[in-house]
Amino acid sequence: MIHLSGKIEPLNANENCESRLLRITTNENLPRPLRRKYALLSESSAGDGFQAILRKNATIAANTAAFRLSEEIHHLSDDDVVALETDRTRLRVLYRRQSNQNSILLTERCNHYCLMCSQPPKTADDSYLMQEVKELIRLIPDDTIELGLTGGEPTLYGDEFIDLLRICKSYLPQTALHILSNGRTFKDFEFTKKYAEVSHPDVMIGIPIYSDDPVTHNFIVQAENAFNETIKGILNLKSLGQRVEIRVVLQRYSVERLEEIAYFIARNLLFVDHVALMGLEIMGFTRANLDELWVDQYDYKDKLSVAVNLLSSYGVNVSVYNHQRCLVNDDVMHAYRKSISDWKNEYLSECKGCAKQTECGGFFASQIKYRISKNIQKFNA
Amino acid sequence: MSKFQPITFYSKKAEDSYRFLPFRFNRFRDDHVLVTNMVGEYHILSSRAFEKFTKHQLDQTSSDYINLRAKHFLLDESNEVAIDLLALKLRTKLSRLSDFTALHIFVVTLRCEHSCPYCQVSRQSEDKNKYDMSIEIADKAIDLVFNSPSPAIKIEFQGGEPLLNFDLIKYIVKKAQVINQAHQRYLDFVIATNLAVVTSDILNFCRDNKVHISTSLDGPSDLHNKNRPRKGHDSYERTINGIQLARDILGKDQVSALMTTTEASLNRVKEIIDEYVDAEFNGIFLRHLSPYGFAIKTKSYASYSTERWLDFYREGLEYVIQLNKDGVKFQEFYASIVLKKILTSEESGFVDLMSPAGLGIAAVVYNYDGTVHPSDESRMLAEMGDEKFKLGNVLKNSYEEIFTSDALLSPLEDSFAASNPMCSDCAFESYCGADPVYHYAMHKDFVGRKPESSFCKRNMTIIEYLIGRMEDDPYVKTLFQRWANC
Repeated sequence: MIHLSGKIEPLNANENCESRLLRITTNENLPRPLRRKYALLSESSAGDGFQAILRKNATIAANTAAFRLSEEIHHLSDDDVVALETDRTRLRVLYRRQSNQNSILLTERCNHYCLMCSQPPKTADDSYLMQEVKELIRLIPDDTIELGLTGGEPTLYGDEFIDLLRICKSYLPQTALHILSNGRTFKDFEFTKKYAEVSHPDVMIGIPIYSDDPVTHNFIVQAENAFNETIKGILNLKSLGQRVEIRVVLQRYSVERLEEIAYFIARNLLFVDHVALMGLEIMGFTRANLDELWVDQYDYKDKLSVAVNLLSSYGVNVSVYNHQRCLVNDDVMHAYRKSISDWKNEYLSECKGCAKQTECGGFFASQIKYRISKNIQKFNA
Repeated sequence: MSKFQPITFYSKKAEDSYRFLPFRFNRFRDDHVLVTNMVGEYHILSSRAFEKFTKHQLDQTSSDYINLRAKHFLLDESNEVAIDLLALKLRTKLSRLSDFTALHIFVVTLRCEHSCPYCQVSRQSEDKNKYDMSIEIADKAIDLVFNSPSPAIKIEFQGGEPLLNFDLIKYIVKKAQVINQAHQRYLDFVIATNLAVVTSDILNFCRDNKVHISTSLDGPSDLHNKNRPRKGHDSYERTINGIQLARDILGKDQVSALMTTTEASLNRVKEIIDEYVDAEFNGIFLRHLSPYGFAIKTKSYASYSTERWLDFYREGLEYVIQLNKDGVKFQEFYASIVLKKILTSEESGFVDLMSPAGLGIAAVVYNYDGTVHPSDESRMLAEMGDEKFKLGNVLKNSYEEIFTSDALLSPLEDSFAASNPMCSDCAFESYCGADPVYHYAMHKDFVGRKPESSFCKRNMTIIEYLIGRMEDDPYVKTLFQRWANC
């Protein structure tokens, strides 16, 4: 597991660091005009002209603001982007060059309150995040393959969200964008039109539907009328040719009607671009509601097979995310993905020697910490 | 869960607060009711639950209520978007209508070297002038083809045996390709042939011009040869060899086969299917015998009842299901057509099971003599002397005259099943179609008398049977979902 924030220790309290967002380099010989745009990661340089210098050990003196990194963020490397907290005791890692799963949080506000939210919403105004993200986009290398935009509900920014998409298109035209949204804002056709008119070359929007039953969906997301608005949003997006992914997080209440959800999608939303059936991550509200939401993947593996094969029959592009290989049937393997982000992914000690570990997506660190299936069983060679 | 609302918070409504969306219903088995809606969703209720549903007394937390709401049979505050989804699905189901005619059948000759007793139209003759389509007629017909607004155009060559006039086929293919350079339609060709006189040269032309082959295979050698007599009694051998040669040259998936059912077939459905499995086809179309042409004259149609054919069909379908259970991917195409209507929001495009009928607006036939007919069956009726459906002649009439003729519009108007007596309140209406030509032939009326209609009996029985099989066997349900999407 890789930590995305960590303690730092200012080594020379008097030196000032102008910028809050720092792009990292290990190139001590960077030409002068570029140095002020970077923080240098080095044990040996004095860091002349750099925005800051980051060290794993504090040995020699520096000529610019210097910080010692705590161990959990020693993974930092070239072209990563970090944010310096205002009290200068922590760094948050906003972008990792080595990862192809960078996900950027735009807000913690949300008009859903999902029973299994991994990022429980807050009501405080955090719109400073939007400013930070706009700045971040300009610092990210333009050959980045994919970026995720997430929340909270990113579209609550309204037109400012559209502005951000334009900035992404301007600075990162080659970078695929994957947006997580509950889709409700797109019930407004005019807003959807603005979104479509950005004409981003490669954007997909992932929208959750947790049940074919509107009441169950509204209950899971804890919001009245959510189902109507989300479906309407998907219809608007698709009527303007936008790419849409449906995400179904599998927990007790959504698993109850898993085949029916698949059938509903096949019957009503056949034109969506991707359907992801996702195992539960035990973070945020899921921890609090775990006894209520928990369902062993092993216990619904046959239902999962029916749903996956139904969707495949109808020609829907379907993926199974966040499931352990030994808890699914072989007939879903055409849809099985090793999806758990590298910074959250772990295996159990009893997985050692499993003949199918290379096929397996592993566990969320949070699953291992709080609850795993009782049916984990290694495959013999 | 204290900061979370319970599920009842999201369904807090008075018991009678739901409204109906349009639906139809039939009794299903003894104590159940099958309800369907206009876009083909279905749900099965116990008689008791159905009664409650219709009296607005269905409990909102019952699974019937939840299923009926999810499938758009009822409307309450939580699913207002159902209206948008229903509208979208209905538009999808009917979208083919705006495309208009896609299938254009050219009868390039009536001559045939076979003399099948059930054949509806063919002639044993060497007289090319009398029974072959002329270039002049072909030219006029091609012009009519490209008057159709359809983005996809399929030209099918029929006979008689169309290969006996292959020069004209080549002419039509080439000319259509030239015209299409300006039109840019998705242009497709198929020859319906018994393959008895096929040659490598013919097939090389087909390969170079993307012409598919559709042939006839009635079953095992003795059955096939009995059904399809020709000089030398070698129809079967020629067909099998022809299939092989056509696959070698065109590609395996470019060759399909159709069977004709005769009285002699009825006890042999497994053998017939085995013949298709052996020939490595991926399915079979278990066809009923049509009542037209010589078939009706020779009484071979009347000689077996619809009931007997349905037994044949069910026995065949069960065998096909068993083949799949045994690991052979194989489908029955009529079931697939009906299942597409039952299980998906799309339509099959099968011209004989459409509402409004496919007459003229899905398919049209240009006969060897220049007469235009709205379906293969209606040209057969004309060959028998009844020109009720004749739309005109390519030499005399314009596109507008042909496609707005009363001979076309009257039967079409009577072919909206949803407005036909008995169809209008049949739960199977959205899975079925209308066949004005058949009903006219049998009852001298475009609508026909449904209680006496074997079209009605056949389709209602098959639809109910297919639904019952899915309900009883999850394996079959999954299998049918695959067929519905093939």
